[in-house]
Amino acid sequence: MSIPIVRIHNLRKSYGPTTALDGVSVEVQEGKIFGLLGPNGTGKTTMVKVLTTLVRPDEGEVKVSGIDVLRDPVSVRRLIGYVPQELTVDPYLTAREHMRYYADLYHLSPAIQEARTRELLTLVGLAGQEDRRVRQFSGGMKKKLDLACGLIHQPPLILLDEPSLGLDVQVRRDVWNYIQKLKQQGTTVFLCTNYMDEAERLCDEVAIIDRGRIAVMGTPAALRSQLKRDLVSVEIASSNEDHGTTLAALEKALSRLKIVKGTTKDGARLKVYVESNEVALPQILQSAANLAIPLRAVTYSRPGLDEVFLHHTGHSFIEEDETHE
Amino acid sequence: MSEFVQETKGQLLRWLIHLWREPFSMAFNLVNPVILLIFMGGAFQALARDSTGGDYRAYLLPGILALTAFGNSMAGGIPLLFDKENGFLLRLMTAPISRASILISRFLAVNLNTILQCLIILALGLLFGIHIATGIGGVFTLLLISLLLGFGVTVISLILAFVVHGHGDFFAILGITSLPLTFLSSAFVPLDSLPGWMRLLAQVNPMTYAVNGMRALILSGWDIGLLLRIVVVLLVFDGLVFWLGSRILGRHLT
Repeated sequence: MSIPIVRIHNLRKSYGPTTALDGVSVEVQEGKIFGLLGPNGTGKTTMVKVLTTLVRPDEGEVKVSGIDVLRDPVSVRRLIGYVPQELTVDPYLTAREHMRYYADLYHLSPAIQEARTRELLTLVGLAGQEDRRVRQFSGGMKKKLDLACGLIHQPPLILLDEPSLGLDVQVRRDVWNYIQKLKQQGTTVFLCTNYMDEAERLCDEVAIIDRGRIAVMGTPAALRSQLKRDLVSVEIASSNEDHGTTLAALEKALSRLKIVKGTTKDGARLKVYVESNEVALPQILQSAANLAIPLRAVTYSRPGLDEVFLHHTGHSFIEEDETHE
Repeated sequence: MSEFVQETKGQLLRWLIHLWREPFSMAFNLVNPVILLIFMGGAFQALARDSTGGDYRAYLLPGILALTAFGNSMAGGIPLLFDKENGFLLRLMTAPISRASILISRFLAVNLNTILQCLIILALGLLFGIHIATGIGGVFTLLLISLLLGFGVTVISLILAFVVHGHGDFFAILGITSLPLTFLSSAFVPLDSLPGWMRLLAQVNPMTYAVNGMRALILSGWDIGLLLRIVVVLLVFDGLVFWLGSRILGRHLT
């Protein structure tokens, strides 16, 4: 197997008494979209700062393309693009001037600068806006420009810290398309996010980080299937007075089925946790028919990454998420 | 080397675009000097004739130039502080650039701005009929002395940008330095007419030396001995601050 583009081994970092990273090990293979998923304040940004040579680790080994971030930070900087969480565009400059600014920081020739500027601004959907000052841009346009700036030197690895934070639905979708295009071009993406759906949709591999440790790592599909828990929700068609007894009868019947892992009552609905939807659904319907219980609706769903998070950390994602900024 | 030139040029260009598109920021620094030159110069013209021997505005002009250079240089670190506060600087630090280019580009932009502002003040002085005894060569020397003062002060400002907690602190420091330090120099009155304790402080204020040199150029003529002494004092000041700056900033920019 080829060497991973990112190799983090037993990384520790503390700020005074606060431990930000407590022995984290992660490998990212070239050409993948890797998602670091976790609530704010769990060490995601610290990890990115170590990878981008901004913060020195206390302990552990961090390499980008085999180059140690402590031993040769300048070479690492040439290999990475970094788009921080907060907007870092300059309101006084135009989009084109931004591209030229970053092109000079990465020592590109004027011909390459121009070609890349055209190509990247088209990629993020800012063609035709090159010479407008960023002051007049919407929040979404600013973010798109920020993303384009991170790619001017065609880095093999790009680190995106919360790229869709605070964006509206349309822009968010654009940003996701952009990230997928990066992958098609062979760029490795290291994505920090606290959005489950973002990680689920984009990432080839996800590491769930909690309190400075990696709780679990794998493909989104593998993480979900580890749970072995699908959810079937059965709603009975009855008037308010008698649904209590009807539900109790159904619950009792279903609990006897081998495939059922657990049940909870929720108003006129019964939530049934099962190993697999496909096998459980006919059996549940059969049980209801046997008891002559009329049903209004039956829905089923797969567990999301939020349930994966809950399972591996013992607490839900939301409660840990402090208000942001 | 050429990489260093390119990255510095790129950053310098950004600062010049700011200067070009935000001329009001320059006006902000010029407010005090212009008010002093026009109104204080006018108000004390008659009163000051005996002690300063002639045109008080001409007497005041070097002080105003020093105040302009000092104020502009002292404020020079602010944009870097904003960059630090909003994350722009961190992103910049992930680029494969020499850390010195961040400081040098800002340093160059600040001092170019100082030249522009001093030229505006000089033009205003000419408008009020001030005659510069040493002519056009004198104008160049006035700018040079302003810059020698501004160099060290710019570095102090760059240091402050990295050590203060936020821009609120920075503006507070700015407010209590420029004008008071100008009064604690020979900018407005002869050194001998200052009370003892003020004279003492004025004598260790580099601004006093810059003002004395410039005053000779404007009022009397070429005094090479005096000018050399002043240039040496200012170079020592710059050298000390550069040494201090390289130690402190080296720590903050790794």
